[in-house]
Amino acid sequence: MNIIKEYMQLDKIEGPLIVLSGVDNAAYDEIVEIKTNSGTKHGKVVQLHNDKAIVQVFETTSGMSVKDVSVRFTGSPLEINLSKDILGRVFNGIGEPIDDGGEIFGGVKMDVNGRPINPVARRYPRNFIQTGISAIDGLTTLIRGQKLPIFSGNGLPHNQIAAQIVRQAKISEEEGQDFAVVFAAMGVKHDDAHYFLKAFEESGVLERVVMFLNLADDPVVERIITPRCALTAAEYLAFNHNMHILVIMTDITSYCEALREISSAREEVPGRKGYPGYLYSDLASLYERAGMMEDSSGSITQIPILTMPNDDITHPIPDLTGYITEGQIVLSREIFQRNIYPPINILPSLSRLMKDGIGEGYTRDDHPAVSSQVFSSYSRVQEVIALSQVIGEDELSDIDKKYLEFGKAFEEKFLKQDFDENRNINETLELAWEILSILPKSELDRIDSKTIDAHYRG
Amino acid sequence: MDKIQGIITYINGPVIKAKNMEMFKMREMVTVGEKRLIGEIISIDGDIGTVQVYEETTGLKIGEKIDSTGKPLSVKLGPGIIGNIFDGIQRPLNFIYEKSGGFISEGIGLASIDLTKKWDVTVLVKEGDTVKEGSVFATVKETPLITHKLMIPPGINGKIVYAEKNGTYDLEEVLLKIDDGKTVHDIKMYQEWPVRTPRPVKERMPIEKPLITGQRVIDTFFPVAKGGTAAIPGGFGTGKTMTQHQLAKWSDADIIVYIGCGERGNEMTEVLEDFPKLIDPNSNLPLMNRTILIANTSNMPVAAREASIYTGITIAEYFRDMGYNVAIMADSTSRWAEALREISGRLEEMPAEEGYPAYLPSRLAEFYERAGYVTTLGDDEASVTIIGAVSPAGGDFSEPVTQNTKRFVGAFLGLDKKLAYARHYPAINWLSSYSGYLASLNSWYRNNVSEDMMNLRGEMLRVLQEESKLLEIVKLVGEDVLPDEQRLILEIAKLIKIGYLQQNAYHKDDTYVPLNKQYRMLKVIKLFYEHANEVIKKGIPISKIKSSQLYNDILKMKYSIPNDYKDEFDNFENQIITYFDSLIEAYEG
Ligand SMILES: Nc1ncnc2c1ncn2[C@@H]1O[C@H](COP(=O)(O)OP(=O)(O)OP(=O)(O)O)[C@@H](O)[C@H]1O
Ligand SMILES: [Mg+2]
Repeated sequence: MNIIKEYMQLDKIEGPLIVLSGVDNAAYDEIVEIKTNSGTKHGKVVQLHNDKAIVQVFETTSGMSVKDVSVRFTGSPLEINLSKDILGRVFNGIGEPIDDGGEIFGGVKMDVNGRPINPVARRYPRNFIQTGISAIDGLTTLIRGQKLPIFSGNGLPHNQIAAQIVRQAKISEEEGQDFAVVFAAMGVKHDDAHYFLKAFEESGVLERVVMFLNLADDPVVERIITPRCALTAAEYLAFNHNMHILVIMTDITSYCEALREISSAREEVPGRKGYPGYLYSDLASLYERAGMMEDSSGSITQIPILTMPNDDITHPIPDLTGYITEGQIVLSREIFQRNIYPPINILPSLSRLMKDGIGEGYTRDDHPAVSSQVFSSYSRVQEVIALSQVIGEDELSDIDKKYLEFGKAFEEKFLKQDFDENRNINETLELAWEILSILPKSELDRIDSKTIDAHYRG
Repeated sequence: MDKIQGIITYINGPVIKAKNMEMFKMREMVTVGEKRLIGEIISIDGDIGTVQVYEETTGLKIGEKIDSTGKPLSVKLGPGIIGNIFDGIQRPLNFIYEKSGGFISEGIGLASIDLTKKWDVTVLVKEGDTVKEGSVFATVKETPLITHKLMIPPGINGKIVYAEKNGTYDLEEVLLKIDDGKTVHDIKMYQEWPVRTPRPVKERMPIEKPLITGQRVIDTFFPVAKGGTAAIPGGFGTGKTMTQHQLAKWSDADIIVYIGCGERGNEMTEVLEDFPKLIDPNSNLPLMNRTILIANTSNMPVAAREASIYTGITIAEYFRDMGYNVAIMADSTSRWAEALREISGRLEEMPAEEGYPAYLPSRLAEFYERAGYVTTLGDDEASVTIIGAVSPAGGDFSEPVTQNTKRFVGAFLGLDKKLAYARHYPAINWLSSYSGYLASLNSWYRNNVSEDMMNLRGEMLRVLQEESKLLEIVKLVGEDVLPDEQRLILEIAKLIKIGYLQQNAYHKDDTYVPLNKQYRMLKVIKLFYEHANEVIKKGIPISKIKSSQLYNDILKMKYSIPNDYKDEFDNFENQIITYFDSLIEAYEG
């Protein structure tokens, strides 16, 4: 039998890392329990060298001393206990219950790191989710099983948009198929967490929400675990219980900052802007946990939210996210300042999966051409605006004036909608035709004449 | 005597070190620990060896053992590769699925093509024949489309002292014995080859033929050659994967090797679901019959991502050796470079630019050098064409992977964010892209498409270049102040951009357009341009040209004229001529 050894002394404490020596039988990635005067903390083994182990501690190491500790290796990776009872419950950032519902009993233990889904075991997502938001449904359609992040900035209404999606989205269409929302907060303010709580309550889904909260004043390193706990819960519900799961993860930027902190404590060679070279792989280990699988009728749809530092889309966090996710919904401060909700800049926004989930048999046959035309015409609007700023609006040619008119109508009629306005896909497409009809037929070069004749107004 | 085992002393993610390793060889494949994870030795220093591990090292402990396999990281090459999907070290994903379910676990062990599967073999040689390396000794109909030619492995020449007859065999049965004077070699249906060593050829040949892709902007403007190399750089969402998929679907290669290197799982699933349903325009058989997939998705172990590129190119070379034209797509080579960077970082090597190791350029060069148009050892003409996607950080082409790739590839198809935002697809920028193969392919286009194809191309490209200069002026003063001749250039450029360069991958005909239709479309635009120019010189206002139905018809001819057109183009050209004639008549009369 293995006698579980306790180690009573550390060599070193350095930021979130502790170093021990004289260790034997420790396993890479295993979880370590650290008893200190101020309670029990957890960590995981991130490097082993002969008898030395480097352990990354999830909670804060401040107040810890190299004596007065007792360290125990648990022999397993971080696992959380899951059963259907997690619905309606609130957990902290490392998956411990923090509401008054007590422990989860009788469930299954699952490793929070998950494992990569075998591509041959995936089902390609093709089902349209109506969110009731025109800019999304019409132009960057959300598909069940997709990972579609919101690229936002500080102070922009990303939380409202996410809340509106939770309230309006038809995640599950079939009768009797369960759905749930898994919510992971990383470093968010109490206000924001509270906002979501209230929003879930008002949408009447609270008892179908599982929350994992690491708030702004919670330990930074714990944030690395939070989305993993949430996604493990999502996988459990989706693939063990065939439920349709919407995962909201916010704020990915705080998550990445935590990674950077650990990486610099480990003195790793930094990549861009000090973020570790493996940021791409690490983010992929979260985002790739969306999808659908062969032996299950459930699904995981992810809406990660990130705030772009300085509103810069080329910053490594949005950049690497965009390289992994299946599109992005980009919010614009400029549109927001013009008092338009939702302030979505459609040009850099994209849904890569919409191609297989819209059109005849899915939404409406004119949908692909209409959306392509709106993108193309709205991008022309930007050129006209730039020109009008140089030569003045009056000097514009007639056709350019039409484009300006189209641009205004697009923003005021199509894009803009109320926080509780729920438009169905037909209404959205009809609105699109209404604004496209401002332009002469000959400008609609992305739509075939038959479709134009069927829908063009005037 | 006991086998010598290494003893693990250090574990850091996919990089481990072990002592007692002086008997191991550099680049040898090893098994690691009790779970027998697959790894490869990447450095030996005294008795300390460093191993990169192709599976998750979670749970591995100091003191666990490392065993030698006695051979370098290799692939098994034989029937059963086509239509299959492998991980980065050639383990079939279906096999992994059977063993570990929907989620991939570690410790699966080594696996490759199915050695127990039986195939009908037609033997082409007999006892007493003399054979040399690379010659074909038997064939197997691997798919309805591809005849798998069984070749004498490189390095073996001699006399056949034993040969099986035609029949049904599995991969482990000995089909031939060859006596080379010193030893007798057993030849089976498969051979093994170390992935990091290029397979030998007889000689390299000059590049003369295009890889026909059915994509107008590529075939007409920036052609890729059979045996050539091309890079497709672009920020996220600009269309690298779509372009690679289009090439995998429609290009006129015999065999496609598609490597999903550190990209999305769903993109591989998409290929797996779509390709069996798509019909190859040349053979009328499902495209899966010529396609090989290698998938190391972004969340799969990073060391295997590094290996996947080599596994793919080795398989490509093997089919080239049979005399096939092979095209290999790597999406994305940046993820491979990042895997190099990650491993290098864990080895604490001195980083060069942006943390990438100093050997990044030489690794890229070695990879692209494995492309080529060749005479094989078996005296066939064949080729490997490499098309690599590049994912520059921040979409900025000045970063090291894009810059170094640019040095080693022949064609550069740069994707443009602004075009993608306006949904101008494919978003290949016609001003910054180039093909270094124009001169070598010129006579092919002359002989096979038309005398004036390349001239037309040049003229149309000039219109686009002219347009970009004019647009700088328009930005400041508006279009109305330009003289009509210049406004005509803007209108013709629009015809080229919308009517020609934009190509809808989702449209059933437009997704693939044969060269002769590309040529005729271009000619129509040219004809329209010439006549319009003449008319404008006579002082007829440009509005007459823009408002004509013909202008709109040209924009949509890609949809309205079928790929197997008959006299539609002739009629169209006549209409253009008649229209302008009558315009002049009305004006002068
Ligand atoms: N030729 C095309 N026809 C139609 N749509 C296209 C075409 N090329 C690209 N697209 C559109 O652009 C989207 C993004 O393309 P793609 O996934 O190929 O980008 P990417 O460059 O590979 O991005 P990433 O680097 O993030 O993988 C597609 O989902 C599709 O909607
Ligand atoms: Mg891609």
